[in-house]
Amino acid sequence: MSASAETILSIEHVAVNFGGLVAISDMTFDVKRGEIVGLIGPNGAGKTTAFNVITGFQRQTSGEVLYRSHRLTGMKPHEIAKLGLVRTFQRTSVFKERSVFENVLTGLHCSGRSSLWDTLLQSRRERSSEHELADAANEILRFIGLERRAGEAAGILPYGEQRLIGVALALAVKPTMLLLDEPVSGMNHAETARFVKLLEKISASGVTILLVEHDMPMVMQVCNRIVVLNYGRIIAEGAPSEIQSNPEVIRAYLGQGKKRA
Amino acid sequence: MSRYLGWLLVAFLGSVPLWMQDFYFLHVLITTGIFIIAAMSLNLLLGYTGQLSLGHVAFFGIGAYTSALVSLGFQVHVLPDFTIGLAPKPAWFAMLAAVAVAGLTGYAIGKLSFRVRGAYFVIVSISFAEVVRLVAVNWVELTQGPMALNNIPALTLGSGPFELSFLRKPEFYLLVLAAAVVCYIVIARLVNSRAGRAMIALRENESLATSVGIDVTHYLVLATVVSAAIAGMAGALYAHYIRIVDPDIFLFIYTVTMVIMVITGGKGTLAGPIVGGALFGFVPEILRAMEIEPELQWVVYGVLMILVVYFLPRGIVPAIGGYFSGRKTAETADASSTAAETMQK
Repeated sequence: MSASAETILSIEHVAVNFGGLVAISDMTFDVKRGEIVGLIGPNGAGKTTAFNVITGFQRQTSGEVLYRSHRLTGMKPHEIAKLGLVRTFQRTSVFKERSVFENVLTGLHCSGRSSLWDTLLQSRRERSSEHELADAANEILRFIGLERRAGEAAGILPYGEQRLIGVALALAVKPTMLLLDEPVSGMNHAETARFVKLLEKISASGVTILLVEHDMPMVMQVCNRIVVLNYGRIIAEGAPSEIQSNPEVIRAYLGQGKKRA
Repeated sequence: MSRYLGWLLVAFLGSVPLWMQDFYFLHVLITTGIFIIAAMSLNLLLGYTGQLSLGHVAFFGIGAYTSALVSLGFQVHVLPDFTIGLAPKPAWFAMLAAVAVAGLTGYAIGKLSFRVRGAYFVIVSISFAEVVRLVAVNWVELTQGPMALNNIPALTLGSGPFELSFLRKPEFYLLVLAAAVVCYIVIARLVNSRAGRAMIALRENESLATSVGIDVTHYLVLATVVSAAIAGMAGALYAHYIRIVDPDIFLFIYTVTMVIMVITGGKGTLAGPIVGGALFGFVPEILRAMEIEPELQWVVYGVLMILVVYFLPRGIVPAIGGYFSGRKTAETADASSTAAETMQK
């Protein structure tokens, strides 16, 4: 990671209040292109709220989020996704009744070229567009290692594979930056190890990654940089080794018992 | 394969007037067919976007009234000394107008209620249907209120020696069949496309859908417009068949009938509304033919409905589909879902 890499996402003095409750008091940090940044903190620290603000699912009380020089304030989630800033959700998040293939095809929505009239008249463009989407979906399934599950309903797959579908859906949007909300929670060691490999593969393809995770060994292993949130404010920021020895971080975690998902 | 079966079914249905001379039977087929078209349109919203519109009959009624008024002509006082009016237009033009007006109404409703989902959408849709009914009852100058719009002309196409009239039942039956086929193809193409996937994504998981860049509001409005336009088409067919339209067309029971057809047939399946519509369109007639007491007819109807919903909660079509795809997949499905549950613990 060169120090001169451009800033892709900057969060500037973001605060979120729910009525009188302060979820995030004042959060400022940057993510540079190509980085893998971990956002950690005890439960209730405001990590998911931060994700919701960045991706437009939650309006901040004050402050700004800038993504590749776009002001994201007031933009709708689907508009932010189209900019290439794509998130996944905590726990499983798939289109349960649809097959794995259809899930990814749905994720490829923005790559489709056919209009309503193409669809109704079954024009040549409709057919070629659908062909392209099917090819792209198969490619993503191969990349993620789920091609053998393509025909199965997403909702009946094991938990770990459903998490992979969530990532496949996000990748289908062709993200330049990926926000992963607790991607390995509930996975066993083998699955986590496989997921870390996948994450490195995604990162190597040029996608910047910001992830929220409670699995500390995993975070320490994959992240270039870690931002620690506690009670809605940033208490530390730095390389994994610095964070591990930071007294304030240790206090924040030991105060509530060390959390491992 | 199933495509050829479908056309075979259409060909069979198209041959019915050739060997069936019983006009009462054709009448039952026509009214059932009109209801099936309406149920198909409801299925687009309820089955694919997952939004329950309990005011769906409003679009049907708006289609019927629009077609009736455009073909009869009307004149209304907007201000004390300002009137707008329309000279009678041909029935085919009136029917197209009905589709357009119903579609526009669908657009307005979709836009107005785009923020609300679930129970709130249901309430908005019920209120909308009730408002439209009250307008139909009270704006006597336009709608004749409870006196009804009478003498609605039958549909004729062409002129002179090439005139094709849909006054008789066999011709009208074929018209309804053709309309149903067109509506089916429109809906089938829509739901199997990118737009359809977006609609189903809204039904399955709205947050996830927006997170992959789908403008769910846009597709909800699109589904409402197409659904309303098709319901309006069904209403227009009804108006030119029965040839009298009164405010009772907006009765809540008609919406409920459509919902029953969609749910029992299998919502979110293309064949569902057809199967459900055929079942609940014919059952009352069969019961009547069996000379069962009228009160008992409704009891049998209700019991049948409860049985279907109780034993086939996902509807008849998915149940049949599940039966044919065999038990093997069901077992593996059970096994992996139990595995998933154990993992979550």
